[in-house]
Amino acid sequence: MTIERTTALVFLICALAVPAMISGFVTFQLTMLLIYAIAIMGLNLLTGFNGQFSLGHSAFYAIGAYTAAILMDQFGIGYIWTLPAAGLVCFAVGFLFGFPALRLEGTYLALATFGLAVATPQILKLTPLEHWTGGVQGVFVMKPNAPFGLPLTSDQWLYYLTLAAFVLLYVLAKNLVTSRTGRALLAIRENPIAAQSMGINVSLYKTLTFGVSAAYTGIAGALGAIVIQFVAPDSFGFMLSVTFLVGVVVGGIAWLPGAIIGAAFILFVPNFAEDISKGLSGAVYGIIMILLIYVMPSGAGGIVSSALRVLRSR
Amino acid sequence: MELLLQQILSGLATGTIYACMALAVVMIYQAIGHLNFAQGEMATFSTFVAWQLLAWGVPYWAAFVLTIALSFVAGVLIERVVFRPLHGAPALSHIVVFIALLAIFNNGAGFIWDFTIKSFPSPFGQTTMFGSMLNAHQAGMIVCTLVMLVLLYLFFSRTRLGLAMRAAAANPESARLVGIRVGWMIALGWGLASAIGAVAGMLIAPIIFLEPNMMLGVLLYGFAGAVLGGLTSPVGAVVGGLVVGVVENLAGTYVPVVGSELKLTIALSLIILVLIFKPSGLFGRAVAKRV
Repeated sequence: MTIERTTALVFLICALAVPAMISGFVTFQLTMLLIYAIAIMGLNLLTGFNGQFSLGHSAFYAIGAYTAAILMDQFGIGYIWTLPAAGLVCFAVGFLFGFPALRLEGTYLALATFGLAVATPQILKLTPLEHWTGGVQGVFVMKPNAPFGLPLTSDQWLYYLTLAAFVLLYVLAKNLVTSRTGRALLAIRENPIAAQSMGINVSLYKTLTFGVSAAYTGIAGALGAIVIQFVAPDSFGFMLSVTFLVGVVVGGIAWLPGAIIGAAFILFVPNFAEDISKGLSGAVYGIIMILLIYVMPSGAGGIVSSALRVLRSR
Repeated sequence: MELLLQQILSGLATGTIYACMALAVVMIYQAIGHLNFAQGEMATFSTFVAWQLLAWGVPYWAAFVLTIALSFVAGVLIERVVFRPLHGAPALSHIVVFIALLAIFNNGAGFIWDFTIKSFPSPFGQTTMFGSMLNAHQAGMIVCTLVMLVLLYLFFSRTRLGLAMRAAAANPESARLVGIRVGWMIALGWGLASAIGAVAGMLIAPIIFLEPNMMLGVLLYGFAGAVLGGLTSPVGAVVGGLVVGVVENLAGTYVPVVGSELKLTIALSLIILVLIFKPSGLFGRAVAKRV
């Protein structure tokens, strides 16, 4: 436990200190890293801890982003309040989507969520909704400045805001998975029938997990909308879902801190790869995913835990 | 009335493409029990290969046949190299590898041939026929698919190899005991699926234009067709694909706004409804699971 606590503390201190030392653009990138980490954490709660597949998390990310953008653009609501709002909306949508998902297992759930992800950009472009969603053009939002006269640029302020959201959501997730509920989730993942016969309400926990997972991803989407200052249908396509899945697999299935590693991977690999050629990043993702499934199915989490085991056995 | 008939006919024409994709998906589903999410991107990649051959001056039908042959070999290779080691692995591993293949083929096609939209020639032309009910390319699509389906039917019902493949899918253990090399039958299934996808890609490309994401939506319709017909039934997949094509076209014409703008959502709703209320589809058999 001490190693983990120390690492968390060091991470937090570094994360707090770092904006003072870097340029605005790098701060923006680190903010995006934390946003992706929140989304990956959400997907990991569902897939890693509860064993339900989703290729549709780009849809929840989109709903979160659009909720935030529409609330700010149409109703003039403060950006801070759009975060819990996006979380609530996505929780509701995810919870409702979780009901049909109850009847679907494994590959079928992957199929239904695949359809959700593919259909989402088209739904966002729907003409009757254009007044709210801006159709193909999307919605622009204003970048907020640091409040209370804090001596921060707006990039830095958004970074700290995102960091706060990440830490809060991380602690909540950590407490969730180590609680009685978390053990129920794991039991459902390992063997739903055995879990049910032990008295676990499988349907309730599965739909709730779907809701919580969607809420995490939705909050990430809302933060993404605020930081990028823009939402448009085509940025929430199926490839975004693929990206989240890559993040979960690279970071480590059912290992929460892996979200940071996974997010760093999906943020920086395209940066390097696109320098060489557009289209290379997807190929690199694919090859690394296949290699990981063969060599290290538990991802970075597996590497860390086996390293810890070696250290402790000394 | 004439409009209705025209919409049904052109729905059947696109339906043949969905039927091909559905059939390809079912072929692999029967062999390994998983849905191939990369089927669409594999087909797109094949179509790019055909485009390249045509650009090099290969005559259309030679390029057509050569692409099918290359896709078949590639399908067999993918099974042998990538999926054989995964045999018996959990669903998550399969899904991750399918998605990985999807990313590789999608971005690989963009990497090699870039992401701009390309036009793809039709060997049948665009002249209208049957009193402007169909254009020649749509009629060609229907004929090509029918020929392919008849050939496949003859292969599976009249040849020893086809029988062996069916045996390997129906009961791998017993098939192995009577001397069928089940692993290779699965690889052949992959090859066939890949070849069928290539045909679908080359036939639809003149209509929706060639680009790396071309088949993503088409694959969703293919899945809808496969699920509707029943994932355990190749005949069902073909029927399901045709039905989805007609439904898509009719909804687009007769349902205002939603029908034309939410075509993919219609496919999504169809998938979810069928999976919830009749998971075995129209023609599939229900699978009982022992616990």
